[in-house]
Amino acid sequence: MQKRLVLDHQQIDIILRRFCYQLIETHDDFENTVFLGLQPRGTLLLDKIVALLEQISGKKVPSGYLDATFHRDDFRRRDFPLKANETKIDFLVEGKKVVLIDDVLYKGRSVRAAMDAMIAFGRPLKVELMVLVDRRLTRDYPIMPDYCGVKVNTLDSQYVVVEWKEQGNPSDAIWITEKGKS
Amino acid sequence: MSQLSTRHLLGIKELSEEDIRLVLDTAANFKEVINRPIKKVPSLRDITIANIFFENSTRTRLSFELAEKRLSADVVNFSSSTSSVKKGETLVDTVNNILAMKVDMVVMRHSSPGAPHFLSQNVPANVVNAGDGTHEHPTQALLDAFSMQEKLGDLTGKKIAIIGDILHSRVALSNIFCLQKLGAEVRVCGPTTLLPKYIESLGVKVELDLHKILNWCDVANVLRIQLERQQIKYFPSLREYSLYYGITKKMLDQLDKKIVVMHPGPINRGVELSSDAADSSHSIILDQVENGVAVRMAVLYLLAGAKG
Repeated sequence: MQKRLVLDHQQIDIILRRFCYQLIETHDDFENTVFLGLQPRGTLLLDKIVALLEQISGKKVPSGYLDATFHRDDFRRRDFPLKANETKIDFLVEGKKVVLIDDVLYKGRSVRAAMDAMIAFGRPLKVELMVLVDRRLTRDYPIMPDYCGVKVNTLDSQYVVVEWKEQGNPSDAIWITEKGKS
Repeated sequence: MSQLSTRHLLGIKELSEEDIRLVLDTAANFKEVINRPIKKVPSLRDITIANIFFENSTRTRLSFELAEKRLSADVVNFSSSTSSVKKGETLVDTVNNILAMKVDMVVMRHSSPGAPHFLSQNVPANVVNAGDGTHEHPTQALLDAFSMQEKLGDLTGKKIAIIGDILHSRVALSNIFCLQKLGAEVRVCGPTTLLPKYIESLGVKVELDLHKILNWCDVANVLRIQLERQQIKYFPSLREYSLYYGITKKMLDQLDKKIVVMHPGPINRGVELSSDAADSSHSIILDQVENGVAVRMAVLYLLAGAKG
């Protein structure tokens, strides 16, 4: 199979706006809400959501980057260990409503590790998950998103690639590719 | 690169520049971890580590133990003064007996240079050198480099002075290897009797005048006079040493630029460093101690992740 386009930049833009209105509907004035982008690929999506939310609602929401490398369940089971990324959280999540943000939900293991890592910053009141792409029927853990951009059917032999213009790509786009091909 | 090129940390000499930078980058992540409300991660929960100390240690042993516990490893401690080593057991026998209890990693301090190298060739566990005689103390050099980098940024071209008892110091040798691999310029300063003859062959310049080297350097890493390793007298008296090579706050304040003062501890206050200098704003001695835990967490984490 060749590279298949899942979403183009216009569709992504519509989804990001939908996310913002859903968040406003659920979290009202964001008084007690914080956002955490999962390293390495959820942080750009977080930055976009936070900027758009501020533009639409005029509210500035506390946000941070969460790295779960040291909480993963595949340490010493991979051929190469993953390199850790920066965790940048200057607030506690104790008693807060936390929205975890990642680009793609696949096996659910990263999200499990992220929840483990997040608890080092306190006991949240509630945790929600926002993902741009949900790879259906691939989950190893019972984890489902509360906010989902698009659901796709994929095989284990495939990747879902999220490209952002800010990273030097021609435009924002989401693709399904075969592993080993770009 | 996310993996070390070695499965043991025996000395800085064996590490590549990429290895060192990987340890320092990972240590930055662990420094964030140890400043969280919950300072623990589960990475090494299936690993057992034996801390085997054949020589006295307070700081290093505590720092390793804390690093191991912060990584959720199981820890056993061994001290030669209370063990069967006193009954004549060999090093390999002692360690193999400990390994038979399913220990995955050994952190060892020994008075004989090369003891960790010997051990790594004879036991299947990962070996970490926590100081071998007057040879190397790799984790001290890594934490020193990490602390310098935190203060000064990239160390390329930075001027680092190592001052004091170079001859008996394992910290000096590891620091020289580490800082040179990171692109820094290293000079040593001390009485000629406490400078090894071969020191210039390592690419470091010798300066005998303390005032000159303090004016030259960005960082002064001051070493302890190791009286316990000195079988003969290398200088007439501690008082005289202090007069020629002791650093005071007044001297630091008179310099044209603000330099960073470091010390691996324990400090002989009033000998190599006066109390007001050790406690001044130039000093990052307590930062070094905090960074020691983060750097040792990084070393243990990366070695545990290294392919056997």
